[in-house]
Amino acid sequence: MAVNQKKPSALKDLNLIRTMIRQHKRNDLIFAGLGMFVIASLTITLIILFLDLVLDGYPKFTLDFFSNFPSRRAARAGILSAWVGSSLVLIVTFIVAVPLGIAAGIYLEEYSKKGWLSDIIEINVSNLAGVPSIIYGLLALGLFVYSFGLGQSILTAGLTLALLMLPIVIVSTREAIRAIPVQIREAAYAVGATKWQVVLNHVVQYSYGGILTGVIIGMARAIGETAPLITIGALTFIAFLPPSPVTIDPPFINLDWLNAGFTVLPIQMFNWISRPQHAFHINAAATGAVIIILTVLMNGVAIKLRYNIRKKIKW
Amino acid sequence: MSEPIISARLSKDFQRNIMERFIEFALLCSAAFAVFITSAIVYVLVSEAIPFFQHVSIYEFLTDTVWTPNYSIKHYGILPLISGTLTTTFIALLVAVPLGTITAIYLSEFASHKVRETVKPILELLVGVPTVVFGYFALMLVTPLLQKIYPDLTTFNMLGPGIVMGVMIVPYIASLAEDSMRAVPMAMREGAYAMGATRFQTSVRVITPAAISGIVAAYILAISRAVGETMIVAIAAGQQPNFTFNPVESAATITSYIVSVALGDLEHGGIGYQSIFAAGLTLLVMTLLLNILGHMTRKKFAERY
Repeated sequence: MAVNQKKPSALKDLNLIRTMIRQHKRNDLIFAGLGMFVIASLTITLIILFLDLVLDGYPKFTLDFFSNFPSRRAARAGILSAWVGSSLVLIVTFIVAVPLGIAAGIYLEEYSKKGWLSDIIEINVSNLAGVPSIIYGLLALGLFVYSFGLGQSILTAGLTLALLMLPIVIVSTREAIRAIPVQIREAAYAVGATKWQVVLNHVVQYSYGGILTGVIIGMARAIGETAPLITIGALTFIAFLPPSPVTIDPPFINLDWLNAGFTVLPIQMFNWISRPQHAFHINAAATGAVIIILTVLMNGVAIKLRYNIRKKIKW
Repeated sequence: MSEPIISARLSKDFQRNIMERFIEFALLCSAAFAVFITSAIVYVLVSEAIPFFQHVSIYEFLTDTVWTPNYSIKHYGILPLISGTLTTTFIALLVAVPLGTITAIYLSEFASHKVRETVKPILELLVGVPTVVFGYFALMLVTPLLQKIYPDLTTFNMLGPGIVMGVMIVPYIASLAEDSMRAVPMAMREGAYAMGATRFQTSVRVITPAAISGIVAAYILAISRAVGETMIVAIAAGQQPNFTFNPVESAATITSYIVSVALGDLEHGGIGYQSIFAAGLTLLVMTLLLNILGHMTRKKFAERY
């Protein structure tokens, strides 16, 4: 009797279970489709945006655009002062941020002993990475522009971006160094190397690629950074070039350019976006395309470099 | 009596040690520079904001609903800037949280190795796009598109930039959340599969709860990123302080107020100049609290398994 009663209900359960399994498998497929859809639409959005910039700005891709100063007439306006300014600012940023960042990274990974000092430094570095870039602009406005009296100069801008870039360089240096096995260091110590010799001739040598990746990503970010430079009061209309860094007469190097006023590519773009005339928006699109090509190229190189390192080196 | 023979080598060692000490000190100084920057940030913001708060009471600053430091009738209430900041941030999160979470789950649990290795670099490129370019998109592309759906939308509004900002922070959420999902031990996945769970069930009922601290931390850090974002809102949200939470209106955020003031001629030491430091201090406090909360969330549950 008990058996007879159980049979149909077991069959019913089995059918229920089958439906359930089918449902769950369908959910699985739906989610996989959703995931692919989200990722595909993000990628396609990125491509459309990029194409839109290039197509809008296409008429401006002439030599004149790169060799003309900004002008009140959109058709004649160019980005000469902007790209020269960007390059000079980035030179300052590079010279300041890279040695400082690598040195700090080396200290934190190789030298620092566990203790309150290294704790404080670590907390600071990770905090700095999360501080909005405009705050760095306010710091530079109060400190570099007014307290140090450097004015709204290329030097101020370079230092500001260097502060922004510093955490990126520190973090990537540390990650690169951490990947090097301790045996390398021990082998060097075993033949009598000092700590600094170990660091300089071995640790830094082998983590070179990883450090370079971080430096490139940091520089790419510095190219596009706008807000902190506007905050220090960078002018948006510059129709002159800073004095040339190289002179014909000895001593051949001229540092006056550090104190010169400047504009950079993203600020020039921002300025053109804010104007009501459509002709200037075309200029803005062309400038945007230049910025995006530069940053995508640099980021691409960095990503490729990291991929190669990961593939090549097996400790 | 003869001289000891080892002295030459010893003196070299001595030199070497001094050099080593010197280098270590130089490296320490570089690292300590990070502490210097943080202190300098706090010092500059506080020292410039103090004269502001001598002029304006903190009570007025936090409760007045009008912010017009550069007009003839001056009001110093930070609330309109905060409402603008919160509204754009909220819209950005509405976009970024679902998209970012789905991307993270897909990349971590569903995608093949090859797909993952192709998609992650693309996401990184998305992170590399400068924000001024995103601002251009918000103003020239997204807002006109939204105006077709909702014709009353003004040229400057919080909806367009909010959405664009959301797209911008998707990669942050995706990569942070994915990292924490990948950190869940394989055994937990295998356990779920052995019980007959599908991938979707495993992701939602096993992996997500196990990685929840990392995912929540990703959300919090994304909020902090959106609160501090400047150029998108400065370009596309309008720069007029407006105490509203309505996304179709134009409004200024804390960051875009700083930009709009910095663009004008500003007398050093005037109340307008000090007001951007007071606004900056408010922003720093907000992001700092969010970052600390994010790191604590991640640390707190980091070693559960």
